[in-house]
Amino acid sequence: MMSTLRSVVAMLLAAASSYAGAAEAAPLAADPALEARVMRVADELRCLVCQNETIAASQADLAVDLRQQIRTKLAQNESETQILDFMVQRYGDFVRYRPAMNPTTALLWLGPFVLLALAAFVLAKTIRRRPADAASLPLTDAENRRLAQLLNEGTAPP
Amino acid sequence: MKRYFIPLGVFAVLLAFLAIGLRLKPRELPSPLVGKPAPAFKLPTLDAPSRSMSTQDLRGQVWVLNVWASWCVACREEHAVLVEMAKLKIVPIYGLNYKDQRADALGWLERFGNPYLASLFDAEGLVGIDYGVYGVPETFVIDKAGLIRRKFIGPVTAQMVRDEIVPLVARLNS
Repeated sequence: MMSTLRSVVAMLLAAASSYAGAAEAAPLAADPALEARVMRVADELRCLVCQNETIAASQADLAVDLRQQIRTKLAQNESETQILDFMVQRYGDFVRYRPAMNPTTALLWLGPFVLLALAAFVLAKTIRRRPADAASLPLTDAENRRLAQLLNEGTAPP
Repeated sequence: MKRYFIPLGVFAVLLAFLAIGLRLKPRELPSPLVGKPAPAFKLPTLDAPSRSMSTQDLRGQVWVLNVWASWCVACREEHAVLVEMAKLKIVPIYGLNYKDQRADALGWLERFGNPYLASLFDAEGLVGIDYGVYGVPETFVIDKAGLIRRKFIGPVTAQMVRDEIVPLVARLNS
């Protein structure tokens, strides 16, 4: 811990002497394969500052820091699951961009299907209750009289 | 009659959901750390880089950890409240100076007053990550056993001190 802290401080000092004020330029891992893995994990995490962005997409300071954390942890051979767990322990389930299935998120995952089933049920009931096709029903006596009257009006002399 | 009640009922439910939605604060996320032990740290203090403090040193008392930075605008708004709260002497307040420059932070305390018994200097924000900090200022109330009992996100107001922090500290101390 102390030695990593010391190396981080040394790195910061070196960075500060060469270009002060460029803290937002996140140091990319030299290894593109590692960087791809970093972005894959970061894609699974929500940036809590700008809540509809992933950590991979966000330019917020916190997202830069967390990408650095992911980079360090991957370099230390931690698994992607371990890193996700690390984040959830600190920031809660909300940090997962694709929430895990558990009792608190069950409604989130299943709710749409429940609503869909409910809508299908109501639709089926409504269709069944509707009277058969109106055109195929026989006319009542009153309707027949009215029909005859209307037809006669057209041909009768004014 | 019934056919009017159904859409009206649906509308009422929708209205209720929208009303609740308006009142929610989506930026204030519940912390999974509440009720859990405060993450351990060992950090240099702000005023004396050679002296360090750890969570172990703070065991056995109720204390407040306030995450702040000189670059944080909302912290300035909150700071006067903390200075007043420190005068009440009901609970020790420790600062976590988050991703700041030492000189800026010391200048800030000189200018606006120092409510902290000590501020810990978290230059890289690593302790901040352990505490799930995502927006400064944040304030934690930690009990004698070292458990986080409450987390406030955003500036603490005089009303929050009076209605929430003071009663909570009294309860934890009794």
